[in-house]
Amino acid sequence: MTVSIPHTPLLEARSVSFFRRDEAVFAPLDFDVHPGQLTLVEGDNGSGKTTLLRVLAGLLHVGAGELRWRGAPLRRSECAGEILFLGHQLGLKADLSPHENLRIAVGLHGQRAGTSIGSALIEVGLSGYESEPTRRLSAGQKKRAALARLLLLPATLWLLDEPYANLDRAGIALVNHVLKWHTDSGGAALVSSHGTTNFAGDTVRRIHLHE
Amino acid sequence: MGRPRLIPACGAMLRRDLTVAWRRRSDIAMPVLYALIVTMLFPFALGPEDTLLQRIAGGIVLVTLLLAMLLTLDAMFSSDIEDGSLEQLVLSPQPLELLLGMKILAHWITTALPLIVITPLLAAMLHLPTAVIPVLLLALLLATPLISLFGAVLVALTAGTRRSGMLLALMLLPLCVPAVIFAAGAVAAAQQGLPWLAPISWLAAALVLAVVLAPLACAAALRIALDA
Repeated sequence: MTVSIPHTPLLEARSVSFFRRDEAVFAPLDFDVHPGQLTLVEGDNGSGKTTLLRVLAGLLHVGAGELRWRGAPLRRSECAGEILFLGHQLGLKADLSPHENLRIAVGLHGQRAGTSIGSALIEVGLSGYESEPTRRLSAGQKKRAALARLLLLPATLWLLDEPYANLDRAGIALVNHVLKWHTDSGGAALVSSHGTTNFAGDTVRRIHLHE
Repeated sequence: MGRPRLIPACGAMLRRDLTVAWRRRSDIAMPVLYALIVTMLFPFALGPEDTLLQRIAGGIVLVTLLLAMLLTLDAMFSSDIEDGSLEQLVLSPQPLELLLGMKILAHWITTALPLIVITPLLAAMLHLPTAVIPVLLLALLLATPLISLFGAVLVALTAGTRRSGMLLALMLLPLCVPAVIFAAGAVAAAQQGLPWLAPISWLAAALVLAVVLAPLACAAALRIALDA
């Protein structure tokens, strides 16, 4: 399946920065995110990777500069549901099973056409753990349950904060596979990592953050 | 790839909180046990004198239930903030106000409803006349959601701060007072054979106002708490 990159980028950042106590967390950034494109956000610990992703997700306000969504100034009411954020806290209720957690996510965000909770759980390697309370899963399995949410929800832009953390080799391959599947079907993703990831994308763009 | 409709989303939210509460049943039982113990201790402390207990029964039950509700209040948003669920709620394509309204409703169902169910028992232990119990229940049905809603706003406001329990108690006190005054006023009036509709109407009016405004305030406060 070939995807022609449309002219207007999905997300444009124009000298975007964020301030904490009047100090810029990262230098003003300019970048475009096109459909079908993977972007890697790199930087040391504390360089502002998580902050950048939270700004893009809309959890933090933009300190200075402008964000544009599909060519128009970004308004949260318009792109809500199109942007999916996966942070350090995975947003899974510990008392509910992965299946129940995913059903709630689907209830709130909607479901990607042609996917089902069962098949998503199988794809991330959690078959057999569907009805186990999430608190009993290992850190890596919790991460996999959160990755299943990426497969299920109909979002165009993924903002993944350290998706490789806690994952074994097969898990890292799974993240890369899921990212490839998403970009091949016209989605885009921003992925943060502190440098040492086996990133398996061919059209990877990089954003470097410095202190 | 349609965006889900509002009603199923609210249903999913409500079912989520009720399921989580059911998995932690002992947390639900705690306020009920607290209310039972406190009400049982009053006759021991004051003596089993019918007339005295009858006179103060309404007030004791009201205050005990409202305090019992506060036990679970500060946990309303804390687990959602800790495990990142709140971020997902904020980012979901649904109005946050309505989702939080569902959370508050779930809090009321899991905390206040069991208390209201045992109220006739508590009232009977204190010799409250049977004829007054329906008025007491009506007053509680209006006053407890009011406390849930007020409490939710304050919990949301203090969500960003560490050890907010003390602050929460101090801020909630003045908001509880009118609810207690009107609810107790209705019960006292009913006990004396006077019309009790006026204080009940005041409670109902306050509840209508709070149902509309409290979720809006909650959503704004939690957005600010996350944006830091």
